[in-house]
Amino acid sequence: MAGKLNLDPRVVRTARRLAAKAGRPVVDLARSHTTVSVERAVLRLAGVHGADPDGIPWVNRLVDAVVADVGLGHGVALPVFHAMRASGVDDITVLAQKAAAGAVRFAVPAGKAEALAARRAAKRATSDGLKVVDRRRAERDRMIKRYGDPEQRPWIYLIVATGDIYEDIPQAQAAARAGADVIAVIRSTGQSLLDYVPEGATREGFAGTYATQENFRLMRAALDETSRELGRYVRLTNYASGLCMPEIAALAGLERLDMMLNDSMYGILFRDINPIRTFVDQRFSRQVHARAGIIINTGEDNYLTTADAVEAAHTVTVSQLLNEYFAHEAGLADWQLGLGHAFEINPDLPESFRLELAHALLARELFPDAPLKWMPPTKHMTGDVFRGNLLDGFFNLVGTLTGQGILLVGMMTEAVVTPWLSDRDVALQNVRYVLNGAGNLHEDFVPAPGGFLQQRAHQVLGEAVDLLERIVDDTLLEAIADGTFGIMKRPADRGKGLDGVAKHEDDYYNPVTEALES
Amino acid sequence: MTIIRPYGDTTGDGMVQLSFTLPVPHDKRAEGAALQLAGKMGMEPAMLVHAKQMGDAYTFFVVYGKVNHLVDTEKVQVVERDYPLLSAKEVNAVIKRRLRRRLNVVGACIGTDAHTVGIDAILNLKGIAGEKGLESYRELAVTNMGAQVSVPDLVETAREQKADAVLVSQVVTQRDAHLQNTRAMSAAFREALPAGRRPLLIVGGPRFDELMAGELGVDRIFGRGTTPREVASYLVHALTGSSK
Repeated sequence: MAGKLNLDPRVVRTARRLAAKAGRPVVDLARSHTTVSVERAVLRLAGVHGADPDGIPWVNRLVDAVVADVGLGHGVALPVFHAMRASGVDDITVLAQKAAAGAVRFAVPAGKAEALAARRAAKRATSDGLKVVDRRRAERDRMIKRYGDPEQRPWIYLIVATGDIYEDIPQAQAAARAGADVIAVIRSTGQSLLDYVPEGATREGFAGTYATQENFRLMRAALDETSRELGRYVRLTNYASGLCMPEIAALAGLERLDMMLNDSMYGILFRDINPIRTFVDQRFSRQVHARAGIIINTGEDNYLTTADAVEAAHTVTVSQLLNEYFAHEAGLADWQLGLGHAFEINPDLPESFRLELAHALLARELFPDAPLKWMPPTKHMTGDVFRGNLLDGFFNLVGTLTGQGILLVGMMTEAVVTPWLSDRDVALQNVRYVLNGAGNLHEDFVPAPGGFLQQRAHQVLGEAVDLLERIVDDTLLEAIADGTFGIMKRPADRGKGLDGVAKHEDDYYNPVTEALES
Repeated sequence: MTIIRPYGDTTGDGMVQLSFTLPVPHDKRAEGAALQLAGKMGMEPAMLVHAKQMGDAYTFFVVYGKVNHLVDTEKVQVVERDYPLLSAKEVNAVIKRRLRRRLNVVGACIGTDAHTVGIDAILNLKGIAGEKGLESYRELAVTNMGAQVSVPDLVETAREQKADAVLVSQVVTQRDAHLQNTRAMSAAFREALPAGRRPLLIVGGPRFDELMAGELGVDRIFGRGTTPREVASYLVHALTGSSK
């Protein structure tokens, strides 16, 4: 598929080099800080589970107790495992309960021998958690071998969002039977701003269902059943983005989710989460995804819902390059990079379809080994469902023509209702028609040398390089503060979750990071 | 003429189209059930033009037919625009002349609603449909609090900014969240501020009934397709209008 745009490899190399240069200081920041959510993820992998009677998870209570006694900067592993040895409690959840009741005091182990013992115990406990993640990954590999991957690319990605996990399950199974290869369970609005992960099976959510470990488990089990029935491994997606990225990543690994929404900047721009909190959480969560064999989906489509899809096309490219850099740095392989982009150009604009084609092809050729996540129109879906269905058809056509890896199925009732059963059926029929009728059209599709498509792609790449140069000069954090992406201005000293960030002390210890980086 | 009926291709033919799903597999009986529903909805005769089974237990139908209902345009109740539509220049001029200071506007998406498209379309410089947002009006001082703002924070900011008007956008309507949030918001303002010092309360969103302003305790509701200029014109009318 490579080479249709005749991109200059030197420009592409420059773009990557600049993205790395812009991203490096942020990685350094992430390596030298921790957050409450990173520490809670460590405790989850070490085996803390459940919640207090008010629904606040024991990991939150335990981290809060440690922070109150010794602060966050040492990490919680040493104080917690030191306290376990000192108090003789051998169940870490029981320790959390005692700590919440004020019955345990935490200290950083002073002596060398004590510190070493605490380290060893922390390492042992968290490696048990990571072993479960490894087993889940092996399980996925086995099931894919047995049932197979979807026959076609792009994989067909469908959303369910009822708010009730027990309603979601039959809907997800029905969607898989109707042709979906990937099921995404949309989260309840607002979950991204909760500084804890809710517990248990949930039946109430707004415009989505809470991401909880139990909901993950229930849905994965149901889709395993459907995979067996269909003879095709049906993948499950959820959302890591938000204040609890590291923990949700850990839970996803423990329950064999297959894809996770995980953007490097989405939380900052669209949820006003503090930039440093986001970058620290993002790095850790991606390291966990890398280990779990999870494909990440990035959120570049979102920029185009606020900024103009033509004027801001290059910001998508820049963000993809940054997401790629951060992902590689965290250990993710190309096959795990569902870099996002979207069909969001105003359809009234002359040549809008050609522009879409140019942008989609540019993403394809810049990232030839990444699956790419192709997102349907939302901004210009008006409630005119007939026109919406037509737009979705053209969206599908661009998707197949440019070899996108994951196609999120557009609904003609976007902006009207959460999809009805019939909306999904009409939408899948649309996808099938296009894939069946034009699935191999890419073989014949060769843009004219020096023509509109090539020119446009070169222009966008050029603008992306210019912007990356400015970001390198200005620093990425400043660029985010200035409103470079999606028009939102997000300074590094503001935003939600900043009080849950701490700089590493000299004796900071995190057994999970250590294992993931070894 | 005030009595009208739907138009297919001939005046007075009353033709409409309808699509729906019934929770039954597709067979003759299902088609009969679909026609029975159409009949009860006033479609007579109804033509079943498409039926397709989805999964094991559902069938999707498209029905065309003649509807026997009439509508009287005289009896239609809507909120007509009761203020003049001004240009940005005129809006600025009126504020300058009448208020002699900038008019303060605070906007937010409240509750768990994270969809800022509506409030951004009205407030952001970028605007919508070729019209620039309220931030571009020289005489308007705009504070856009963004998404998922709590009602107490909104009241506090409105107080701090001495807001003349508060704009709230609500897109998510599941379980009537937009109505509950709006009621909570208007109640909080009533509680926090005495009548004379309360800002003008305005909500907007694609699923509001514009007639519900009184019931929800707000001054005005804007529905789908509202442009920044309409909102600006209304603000000027309501806050500097000749009645004051």
